[in-house]
Amino acid sequence: MKKRIISILMENEPGALSRVVGLFSQRGYNIDSLNVAPTNDLSLSRLTLTTVCDDLVTEQITKQLNKLIDVVKVLDISEGRHIEREMMLIKVKAKADQRTEVKRCSDIFRGQIVDVGTTYYTVMLDGDSAKLDGFIEALGDISVLEVVRTGVCGIARSEKSLSL
Amino acid sequence: MTEMLSGGDALIRALKDEGVELVFGYPGGAALHIYDAIFRQQDVEHILVRHEQAATHAADGYARTSGKVGTVLVTSGPGATNAVTGIATAYMDSIPMVVISGQVPSSKIGEDAFQETDMVGVSRPVVKHSFLVKDAKDIPMTIKKAYHIARTGRPGPVVVDIPKDVTNPHDKFEYSYPETIDIRSYQPVKKGHPGQIRKAMKTVLAAKRPIIYIGGGAVQSDSSDQIRKLVDELGYPVTNTLMGLGAYPGTSEKNLGMLGMHGTYESNMAMHHADVILVLGARLDDRTTNNTKKYCPDATIVHVDIDPTTISKTIQCDIPIVGPLEEVVGDMLDYLEENAQRADEKDLATWWEQCNNWREQHSIYLKPNHEPSKGEMIKPQDVLKALYKVTNGDAIVCSDVGQHQMFAAQYYHFDKPRQWINSGGLGTMGFGLPAAMGAIFADRDTPVACVTGEGSIQMCIQELSTCSQYHLPVKIINVNNQALGMVKQWQDMNYEGRYSQSLYEESLPDFIKLAEAYGHVGIKVTKFEELEEKMAECFAMTDRVVFMDIYVDPMEHVYPMHVPEGSMRDMWVSKTERI
Ligand SMILES: Cc1ncc(C[n+]2csc(CCOP(=O)(O)OP(=O)(O)O)c2C)c(N)n1
Ligand SMILES: [Mg+2]
Repeated sequence: MKKRIISILMENEPGALSRVVGLFSQRGYNIDSLNVAPTNDLSLSRLTLTTVCDDLVTEQITKQLNKLIDVVKVLDISEGRHIEREMMLIKVKAKADQRTEVKRCSDIFRGQIVDVGTTYYTVMLDGDSAKLDGFIEALGDISVLEVVRTGVCGIARSEKSLSL
Repeated sequence: MTEMLSGGDALIRALKDEGVELVFGYPGGAALHIYDAIFRQQDVEHILVRHEQAATHAADGYARTSGKVGTVLVTSGPGATNAVTGIATAYMDSIPMVVISGQVPSSKIGEDAFQETDMVGVSRPVVKHSFLVKDAKDIPMTIKKAYHIARTGRPGPVVVDIPKDVTNPHDKFEYSYPETIDIRSYQPVKKGHPGQIRKAMKTVLAAKRPIIYIGGGAVQSDSSDQIRKLVDELGYPVTNTLMGLGAYPGTSEKNLGMLGMHGTYESNMAMHHADVILVLGARLDDRTTNNTKKYCPDATIVHVDIDPTTISKTIQCDIPIVGPLEEVVGDMLDYLEENAQRADEKDLATWWEQCNNWREQHSIYLKPNHEPSKGEMIKPQDVLKALYKVTNGDAIVCSDVGQHQMFAAQYYHFDKPRQWINSGGLGTMGFGLPAAMGAIFADRDTPVACVTGEGSIQMCIQELSTCSQYHLPVKIINVNNQALGMVKQWQDMNYEGRYSQSLYEESLPDFIKLAEAYGHVGIKVTKFEELEEKMAECFAMTDRVVFMDIYVDPMEHVYPMHVPEGSMRDMWVSKTERI
């Protein structure tokens, strides 16, 4: 069992996303995160999803995805060298001395404080999923009010590209 | 030359331009513009069924018999949801079908309007693809795409949902039907990989205990002739799945018969002991494999299929070939023409000797595994044997689901593809009669039998009325064991005979009167001596619907039967003998 990052290029059409998501629930595969947006070619969407499974299941997942009529291309980018990024907005309680603590932590993780209130800070942070998890852990006693993560997006580290 | 047409007229014109001759359907509010368009033309014939489920099964039977795409038209809401069972049935067996459903007007979608259901959503897990048409101008291209997708690659059902305003007779547009189509995200494979085919042939030719395993894909792709040549050339034993029956002649010496849960002893034994299995167009589902962990321990598996997801889904494959079966088998034949090497003659002879030994031990065709029928005790197996005899093996047999279906698969020897029509994947009771109607529309010259049980037939019995309206002379062979026999068999074998809800307590209708009420002929058979004669009488009435209600032994079981969780070779061969 391994974390997989599966990249899907598909028609930017209504119903396409529900077919992908439906496929996962229908066949009993998990989705840990999902991220989707149109590409530079507005007729296409790029969808990245992460899941944890073994090789056999990954093979079935990619084949089943490819079989969907709206799907143009599928690539398990975790198979080769790749870049993985996720963005997180995290709102934490920050009063008195907690404020320097949060600020320090955010600096260490190269985050940015993007919103400030008298009782809270909102930090924006990006990196791979492990780094974001690490930040939350590093906050220690500081109470987290809200976490919003984009889910992973990724790209292969080579000239090879997922395009038409 | 272009013409101004409304969405409704354009839809029917597009069907005509696509070559559609027949539509099975049922009207309702959201489809009324379309129905009016149907009324005003002559090219596309509409068949009014009595339930939307039957429309899909009839279109399915038509598709399976003719090889063409079946077409269905239903209204929104209940019309659409009634069609879902038939869509799922077609999906599981890879049958090409286009289902057009009316939808509430675009402006009302999402408001829980009268008879609104999200048909695209409801059908999503059981379609190859679906469309929601938003603009009348998109109708021709959508229909073109729908038929292209339904028919090509691994065939399957496609839903086209059309809101009522899109078919409005007052909104006209310039109609033209696209001549060609290219869907960039849908490019079915056209050839098998040559390197893989060579590798596969080397393995197949080096085999000592080979078997050729033929599935429903062989029927769907019309590869029978090619496969026959391949078998002739190789001389290997053949087995088929329930869906593959007829793709290779059932009466051929080379054919060991059906494999799987109720497959023949000789086929299942040959599978278990094989060293190379050449799978042609099959998906190795649980009803054929038994316990996958114990599956054919010595076998190298060469698997040819148009759909890559079927390969290594349940059984790890050694040499996969993705491609259209007719092409791949053609390439295999070319390979054999160019390469003189064949399997070792002595090895093959030894293997054949072994296979024939298995036949002698427990073939149901050499040694019946049931008591003989006599007097008032008719054995269901003998009903199918009589059917085979009376029809000379030439009928199109459309089956329902249950014991009678397995007996039909075992005792009717199908020599031709598209002669055996049954719901294998979904196992849909109620399929038989409407499918038989579709088969008759596809082939008016061949007798069509609906083999059914008193349970299954009652799931779509209303279609006896459709049979009257369109003069569809189905011969209904009701193997009446006065029980949900297959359920009862499992209750006998696994629940110590506790017949929970598998009996009807004297509530069965008088099927003869029922048939007569619809204007048909009914023939009741209770004595074995009369069986063949009455069956001959039935088929002699070529232009009538005949309902044969044949009372059979309610205690009979289907054998062989796989021992649950065992390997391919673990079977009950009769009520008392387990191998
Ligand atoms: C729609 C549907 N409901 C339930 C079943 C489960 N089932 C499989 S066989 C069977 C009994 C069929 O009875 P009958 O048609 O009389 O055939 P028999 O087995 O008696 O020959 C049932 C209930 C099914 N296959 N399809
Ligand atoms: Mg019965």
